[in-house]
Amino acid sequence: MRVTQFIVDHFVPARAHVKDQKSTFDRFGATWTPTQLILDSAGKEHHRIEGFLPVDDFLAQLKLGLARLAFERADYQEAEQRYGNICREHPASGAAAEACYWTGVAQYKSRNEPGPLRETARFLGEHYPQSEWTRKASVWMG
Amino acid sequence: MATKETIPWIQDPDQALARAREEHKPVLYDFSAAPM
Repeated sequence: MRVTQFIVDHFVPARAHVKDQKSTFDRFGATWTPTQLILDSAGKEHHRIEGFLPVDDFLAQLKLGLARLAFERADYQEAEQRYGNICREHPASGAAAEACYWTGVAQYKSRNEPGPLRETARFLGEHYPQSEWTRKASVWMG
Repeated sequence: MATKETIPWIQDPDQALARAREEHKPVLYDFSAAPM
């Protein structure tokens, strides 16, 4: 139910079936099911989810897509808020470490000083030591 | 997704993009093999 409400509140929902709408799969480059794409109104893809996910992981991925849209339009304050919410509200999801990483980047972009990057690297090392995003952030430890 | 019964999915991509322009929302496009 919370996924349904989240989708209705934040997106225009569209669906194509692999048997009936192959041309739509081809148009947007969907090659597997289930796949969800987050598109802007021009049809440009901003986020892709491939494969089944449990509810919490799926919700976190939808939120990751909205955060990415804010980041790409250089609204770093909104991006920081959206990524930070995922980091705090979905800490066990597969999207969490990525969201925490981008929270730090959005803070850095917003404030133009490197402190948030070091703090993000430290946080990721403490909470997600096995994550690729922790290894990406390791360069910020100086 | 187990939500297909209650979400008003649009099946025409151009209609979905037009609605996105009107409502200033992104499109969530679900590519599915589940019964519709």
